[in-house]
Amino acid sequence: MTRYLLTRFASLFATLLAASLVIFALLEVVPGDVAAVMLGLNAAPEAVAALRDQLGLDAPLVTRYVTWITGFFTGDLGTSYTYRVPVAELIAARLWVSLPLAIYALALSTVIAIPIGLIAAMRAGRPADSAIMGVTQLGIAVPNFWFAMFLVLIFAIQLRWFPAGGFSGWDKGLWEGLRSLTLPALALAVQQASIMARVTRSATLETLDQDYIRTARAKGLSRTQTVLRHALRNAMIPVLTILGLQFSFLLAGAIIIENVFYLPGLGRLIFQAITQNDLIVVKSVVMLLVFAIVLVNFVVDLAYAAVDPRLRARA
Amino acid sequence: MRRNLVLGGTLTALFALLALLSFVWTPHDVTALDIGGKLAPSSAEHWLGTDHFGRDMASMLMVGARISIAVALAAVGFGMALGVPLGLLAAARRGGLVDEVVMRGNDLVFAFPSLVIAILITAVFGPSVWNAILAIGIFNTPVFARVTRGAALSLWTLDYILAARVAGKGMLRISAEHILPNIANLLVVQATIQFAVGIIIEAGLSYVGLGAQPPTPSWGRMLAESQTMISFAPTLALYPGLAIVTMVLGLNLLGDGLRDALDPRMQRVRA
Repeated sequence: MTRYLLTRFASLFATLLAASLVIFALLEVVPGDVAAVMLGLNAAPEAVAALRDQLGLDAPLVTRYVTWITGFFTGDLGTSYTYRVPVAELIAARLWVSLPLAIYALALSTVIAIPIGLIAAMRAGRPADSAIMGVTQLGIAVPNFWFAMFLVLIFAIQLRWFPAGGFSGWDKGLWEGLRSLTLPALALAVQQASIMARVTRSATLETLDQDYIRTARAKGLSRTQTVLRHALRNAMIPVLTILGLQFSFLLAGAIIIENVFYLPGLGRLIFQAITQNDLIVVKSVVMLLVFAIVLVNFVVDLAYAAVDPRLRARA
Repeated sequence: MRRNLVLGGTLTALFALLALLSFVWTPHDVTALDIGGKLAPSSAEHWLGTDHFGRDMASMLMVGARISIAVALAAVGFGMALGVPLGLLAAARRGGLVDEVVMRGNDLVFAFPSLVIAILITAVFGPSVWNAILAIGIFNTPVFARVTRGAALSLWTLDYILAARVAGKGMLRISAEHILPNIANLLVVQATIQFAVGIIIEAGLSYVGLGAQPPTPSWGRMLAESQTMISFAPTLALYPGLAIVTMVLGLNLLGDGLRDALDPRMQRVRA
């Protein structure tokens, strides 16, 4: 297990290092003079020089990279040019919207997907299975931002059950906060749930073919008991893998969905930063997103090894 | 299960034909504004009504199909052109330095969702259709590399490859002459799936303004423009969305159908 952990840690570190270098190169080296890009074509040379100085752009590239990456882990990311506040503060405030949204969506999709996938597997080949497979096929094809627009039309504009957009903030209580995140989370969850339900179905079907399932049935367990006690546990391994892979789609989806609902999260922040050429903000938000994705997949890998001892032995 | 293949193939062909037809004929000129006839309902004149500028929705959807299909197809081409050779090379040098570099490179790209790649490219070069192709293409590359490597690895253990090696063929020649033709089926299926994924991503990029730029009509941009009008003109949002769903559904069904048709073993498992 130690060996497995070490190799996984080494590859986590290598991926993060490479990713940070790519981001740094794209946003600091390729554009040439970052200060000039940020201020636009008509900027006065003195203003550009002042910004260069403020951003520390005259330092060698290696120094700038090291400053940025140590700042990333200590919370000092410099000051946003357009917002005039520390980037770390900006990100922290937005994180309180984006992170709960992602977790809410993930929870919703799991709660929807696993029962549906199990029912489809237990009714394989029958009408219930065909119906579920048809609906999930459709769910995969629906763009989440389009679905979101109609959720707003029906549940916010016509029924007035949920706000059409914006975020009330957590200081008005958990319920109000969750209310503003429900439609966005639902929009995000549909595609994820469809994919996860299909994976749950096929993974369960595969385990239902195993000898130990026949043994469990032979010793008198009912079909439902067998599925819940034996098949589900083993079917969770592929479902867990998909969960890790889906996280990056969930994050990307959240960026778009936040724009549909005007939620003040990281997604809105990054688009505002792009339109205002605030490369300092773009750089750190992108790094944070990539960091989150790599970290989640790392955790999933570890969880995977904890569930399946064969993996530890192989590494 | 030929049903998937037929239904998926028909839907895909239908959209491809509509997109091609739009080059020579559309019911109305998509650049013609008619403010007096804006937000008209469906009629014999305008089959799907008109938008907020009085432009014919059916014509806009036909022209919009071009961008979606062109971007998604080009991105699949990009991903295959880069990913397949890398996957073949990695499999041929299994466990070696090249394999390691390709696989770690894959991990790296997987850490960047296509939207984040598009954001990075746009932050530096500004938004355009080419950036959308590049972003989705980069996203596709590790997918093809992984599928190619996985399938090629299992072929390398087979006797006929050993025979080819004994006959003196080199790694590259074996990859090109024996491995590639035998994984072509798999690649066609994967290409269909990535085509569908590309359509959805392109719509998302255009929706947030990182894809096709005005005045080029695209499904994603039509959705973005319709958002503020959804309470009084929901069909403006309905039709482009339905176009995306139908096209993606068609491609996914086609992919499933092709997989079943090209790989007889899958049929046994499904039954």
